[in-house]
Amino acid sequence: MSSSLLFNVTTICYMVSMLIFFAFLASKNKTVGLAGSLAAYGGFIIQTIAIILRWRESYAIGHGHAPLSNLYESVVFFSWTIVLIYGLIEFKYKYRIVGAFVIPFALLGMAWAQLGLNSGIEPLVPALQSNWLLYHVITCFLGYAAFAVACGISIMYLIKAGKESDSAPAGGLLSMFPSIRILDDLNYRAIMIGFPLLTLGIVTGAAWANYAWGTYWSWDPKETWSLIVWFIYAAFLHARITRGWVGKRAAILSVIGFAATIFCYLGVNLFLSGLHSYGGGR
Amino acid sequence: MTTDNRGVVQSVWDFFCSLKLSIFLLIGLAVTSIIGTIIPQGPPAPEYLQTISQAKFKIYAALGFFDMYHSWWFLLLLYLLTINLIACSIKRLPRVWKIISEPTLVMDEGFEKSLSLTHEVKVGGEPAALKDRAAAFLRKEFAEPRLTEVDGEYHFFAEKNPYCRLGVYVVHLSIIIIFIGAIIGSLAGYKGYAAIPEGGSVSTIESRSGKQIDLGFAVKCEKFSVSFYDTGAPKEFRSILTVLENGKPVPGYENVKVIVNQPLTYKGITFYQSSYGPTGEGGVFHFTVRERKGGAPVPLTVRQGERASLPGGGTIQVLEATQEVRSVLPQFSGPAARIEVTPPGGSPQPFVVFRDYPKFDEERGGNLIFTYEGADEKYYTGLQVAKDPGVWVVWLGCALMVVGILLAFFLSHKRIWVRVARGRVTMGGTASKNQAGFQLAFDELVDKLKSI
Ligand code: HEM
Repeated sequence: MSSSLLFNVTTICYMVSMLIFFAFLASKNKTVGLAGSLAAYGGFIIQTIAIILRWRESYAIGHGHAPLSNLYESVVFFSWTIVLIYGLIEFKYKYRIVGAFVIPFALLGMAWAQLGLNSGIEPLVPALQSNWLLYHVITCFLGYAAFAVACGISIMYLIKAGKESDSAPAGGLLSMFPSIRILDDLNYRAIMIGFPLLTLGIVTGAAWANYAWGTYWSWDPKETWSLIVWFIYAAFLHARITRGWVGKRAAILSVIGFAATIFCYLGVNLFLSGLHSYGGGR
Repeated sequence: MTTDNRGVVQSVWDFFCSLKLSIFLLIGLAVTSIIGTIIPQGPPAPEYLQTISQAKFKIYAALGFFDMYHSWWFLLLLYLLTINLIACSIKRLPRVWKIISEPTLVMDEGFEKSLSLTHEVKVGGEPAALKDRAAAFLRKEFAEPRLTEVDGEYHFFAEKNPYCRLGVYVVHLSIIIIFIGAIIGSLAGYKGYAAIPEGGSVSTIESRSGKQIDLGFAVKCEKFSVSFYDTGAPKEFRSILTVLENGKPVPGYENVKVIVNQPLTYKGITFYQSSYGPTGEGGVFHFTVRERKGGAPVPLTVRQGERASLPGGGTIQVLEATQEVRSVLPQFSGPAARIEVTPPGGSPQPFVVFRDYPKFDEERGGNLIFTYEGADEKYYTGLQVAKDPGVWVVWLGCALMVVGILLAFFLSHKRIWVRVARGRVTMGGTASKNQAGFQLAFDELVDKLKSI
């Protein structure tokens, strides 16, 4: 069995999971919600196996490196981390419906990787031949994934808060959403997972740059953008403890933060130039 | 000082203690940082200048956009951030320290009202007897209690993780430590570049600001080599370096392999593999030549920049050569040389020969058939050289930051008070984080308290 077949199965699982979650929103039936989660976790397990398989395939053809070295592999890994963080949050706080706004991000990643990106296993160029690659990429992507989950939650917040303006609780589809107070809190908790990971990601990146090039910080566009993302979430954290900044403004900051995260991840490679040619549109 | 003056000082102080200022600064830094990722940093290249108008160039230059992360206004934002950080900490730290060092040991009626979690249980028995059971209960179920006796009532106080309240201040301190490390690095360190030809050595390097820096020792490049994957992508750039003190190799620093991601450090100065190239001198190229009409191939050696004579008259000269021809002629791979052959009395003919396509030159139709065998080309290795005595301060700051964030986010200062009076035991509690989670734990404690 090849990893690429399993990645296709993963994509289908996430697609099915997303559709079931939408049905859950419409039907408000708990069993349907459970089925949505199960489809997502099934996809996650298959994806985990596929990533391990791809790792072994890379050894089999003599390149021998972790599957984190090009755009295809990083998008697949990103999608894996999103489902992982979603799972952790669902497990801990039991708000299944968040899946309807998070699994689409994972699906988008997988669909793009499988349909639009070159999936070849390539050898590592000298700059990437280091264990730091592993620490750096894993911490960064786990952080990004937590921000993706926070963004999904914030979108739910903004939809619900927008409809609830006249202090009457929103009905219809929105009755499935947790209350806006809980969404605000979940948003904060997701960012509390993401912020330390992003911090570690930036620190490991700096350590690696120092080890490989002799400067821990060179204001290269990718570095700068990761710092921009970090500033935005730091502002978010302080906004929460300032009166007048909780709720809607915090949710908007969280969405902006995730937009900046995506620009840091993809936009920098597509539109700007720098040392991180890795992940570029090759 | 007049009252007016004190008013001004007070409002300046309040301004710097404000969290709104921090949010403004953080977002301001985020937004302005974007400029430097769009406008190329460093001396602007002529190609870039052609894409912008003269007026734009003047504005950009005046605002320092070509070196924006060192421009006065960006540094000003960083200074303001630092002042804001210090002012906020000075204002709040004493209060937090007081919570840690002088906890409220006694829960009186007034304090009880201020707590959101309280519960009272009726129990029979003398307070003096209940006291020991309450102490044992707290010790077992929560944390070691402290006892205070007031008017015949017994007050217990127990807490967990008081020091996590300092987490936020550890994070803020770490930012200042990182700044200090960066400043030490920029004052006492340098970044430079050295190009060393194979067999050669350097004892001074040129810093980025163009200064010549004496290393105090010499670095010799014994050999440089580069290898490629089958795809043509580079696999490894490898320099073999030796450190020389007074011309003699230093034990332990002889023939050290330096590749990307594996630098060499000697006396606090680190050498990183960064680039390479042909020295353009001293290269020796090898060919074989045979006549079309038959006969054994003859080996031929040609030096860079010199003409060699061919068997049967005429001369050969190497115009250029490469280790990997793919970048010039994508349909071929491997080493190649462009040579110029001048037959006796004829005009010079330039053409390309390849090492990996030995039959290729037969098709040219010349009397002599050439095959390229490769070169003993001399390379130079390009090394980044860096000395940064501040780097350990930066790592210390980074470690503190991670520890501080973990303390601030994942630990909660939990406090429990128990008051034992005649006929009733009252418990109150509070947590610095995750009040909802603490409430569950508090309710469990209440259940257990009922059966003491
Ligand atoms: C302008 C500079 C800054 C000022 C004045 C400032 C001030 C503050 C204050 C007053 C608090 C609340 C402390 C409390 O709860 O008693 C806080 C919390 C915090 N600060 Fe800062 N801060 C600044 C920059 C930063 C930066 C750049 C970071 C980046 C890591 C940071 C990380 C934190 C964290 C993690 C918390 C805890 C937030 C929470 O518990 O939700 N701060 N800051």
